[in-house]
Amino acid sequence: MKIAIASGKGGTGKTTLSTNLASYIAESRECALSDLDVEEPNSGLFIKAELIHEEDKFKKIPEWEKSRCELCGNCQTVCNFNAVLKLGKMIMVFPELCHGCYACSELCPTGSLPMKQKKMGELKAYKSGNLNFIESRLIIGEEQAVPLIKQTIDYVDEHFSDEVIKIFDSPPGTSCPVIEATRDADFVILVTEPTPFGLHDLKLAVETVKQMGKPFAVVINRHGIGNDCVELYCKEDNIDIIASIPNDRLIAETYSRGDLLYPTIPSVKDAVRSISTYIDNFDLLDNGSLKSKKTGQIK
Amino acid sequence: MKEIVVISGKGGTGKTSITASLAYLGGEDLIVADCDVDAADMHLLMAPDFGKPEDFFSGELAYIDQDACIKCGKCQAVCRFDAIPIIDSQYVVDPLGCEGCGYCARICPTEAITNSQPNVGKCFISSIRTGTTMVHARLSIGADNSGKLVAKVKNEAKALAEIQNKIAVLVDGSPGVGCPVVSSLSGASFTVLVTEPTVSGLHDLRRVYELVKKFGIKAGCIINKGDINPEVSREIKDFLKEENIVLLSEIPYNVKFTEAMTNGKTIVEYDKDLGKIISESWEKILRATRSVGDPE
Repeated sequence: MKIAIASGKGGTGKTTLSTNLASYIAESRECALSDLDVEEPNSGLFIKAELIHEEDKFKKIPEWEKSRCELCGNCQTVCNFNAVLKLGKMIMVFPELCHGCYACSELCPTGSLPMKQKKMGELKAYKSGNLNFIESRLIIGEEQAVPLIKQTIDYVDEHFSDEVIKIFDSPPGTSCPVIEATRDADFVILVTEPTPFGLHDLKLAVETVKQMGKPFAVVINRHGIGNDCVELYCKEDNIDIIASIPNDRLIAETYSRGDLLYPTIPSVKDAVRSISTYIDNFDLLDNGSLKSKKTGQIK
Repeated sequence: MKEIVVISGKGGTGKTSITASLAYLGGEDLIVADCDVDAADMHLLMAPDFGKPEDFFSGELAYIDQDACIKCGKCQAVCRFDAIPIIDSQYVVDPLGCEGCGYCARICPTEAITNSQPNVGKCFISSIRTGTTMVHARLSIGADNSGKLVAKVKNEAKALAEIQNKIAVLVDGSPGVGCPVVSSLSGASFTVLVTEPTVSGLHDLRRVYELVKKFGIKAGCIINKGDINPEVSREIKDFLKEENIVLLSEIPYNVKFTEAMTNGKTIVEYDKDLGKIISESWEKILRATRSVGDPE
């Protein structure tokens, strides 16, 4: 079971929910939490666990080998991203523009652009009891988060069986990084706050998950601040609100220190408990049908 | 003409509420650009008229003509983005996965694959209630190229500011450190970092500032909810000192901050005390920006 925790708007509490939910679930069964917000990974600040593995993550980019090159310029023609340019008697590669499609390399008649590894980030895996935590972080200056997100999900798939509950802390927004982070999920939890900004971005997020054909539900964070616009919207559109976390200065202060909330704050414990129950029920009811659907479905 | 870019690294620190307040204070002297195109929220406070909507096309998207397809599977084999699944025994392009590299179309033996430029969003040039113009956009769901849409929004805003002889373009930037932020930052005269004294706020501030440094842009910082954790707040101030970043202001935790937004108002309009703090920050930003040379 894979659960993606996402939101259109940043700072609504994705990381708060991911870390607390994963830690709560891990009290009774094995759970793997992955921080896929590789641009700004924060989950690790709240998880105290032992580092068990680390590796560099690479993307493949072409590198020009002068000796055999006949300067036909095919590489420049086939690159849709202007990442390969023929300048006089030179071929120049701009790694930060390269999407790693291999076209220039594999279509080069003389094999003069072999793909070489370039480090784009680091993956670390931690463990504490039943809780596994995987974090990837993008090197500053690397512009594309998607390849690193993809490799992180691959790592999780390789290392954890289907029985393990997998929680993905996703990046904010509605563009390519969040699509990559949620495309494998069986279920998406959208975290929002009950304000006009929260509602506006929630609607975008709902549109996104609907387009991806994912089942989803909403968690309201900072409940009590703002107004009831989110609740009215969810009611009208028949969207489940599976939990609410109150707006509370104590929560903000506990979070600010990097502490988990549910061990000391009952309202948060109630929230993660109801989410966990919801997930269990969903797993029982829908797992079979979802798995069969997955193969024949455009994300 | 200067370019002031507000960014935060971490989401939810109050970046947009603060930018909207600065836009209010700057009034007619500014052109406003909402470059947080992924989740653009500024319009909720600025009452734009969504003028001059313009579709924005960028990148490429593959399409397979089933009549011409001989099901050889070469396209699927070369696609590095797993974007050509087989559905109902047909090779089809998954539009959300396709990066538009065009490789599949180049190697298809029957030329069954064509590329089109997808509509990745809409760009607006609107009149707003502060008596000036705001350039903003709406990104299509799952669209790639948000960096390019950011660049488009910014360039439109800059061109307007030049023509109308404005003092500056005020940019609401995107979260994170990836391509949209890089696009938001390029060419900036001064950047305003909005953070909060939480371990994640500080963590993200450090990362995004690394990026700002690469661009060599002068920066100032607003610490929002400053009193929520005095210890982290001190750490942030130490970091600012170390990096020579101007501390613009510290805004206390106050529900009025969110109340203003809920009422569709900027903070400066809604609360005197918070408004005073932001007005002082704006003065400091203008002073700091004036001392920076014009971007080319």
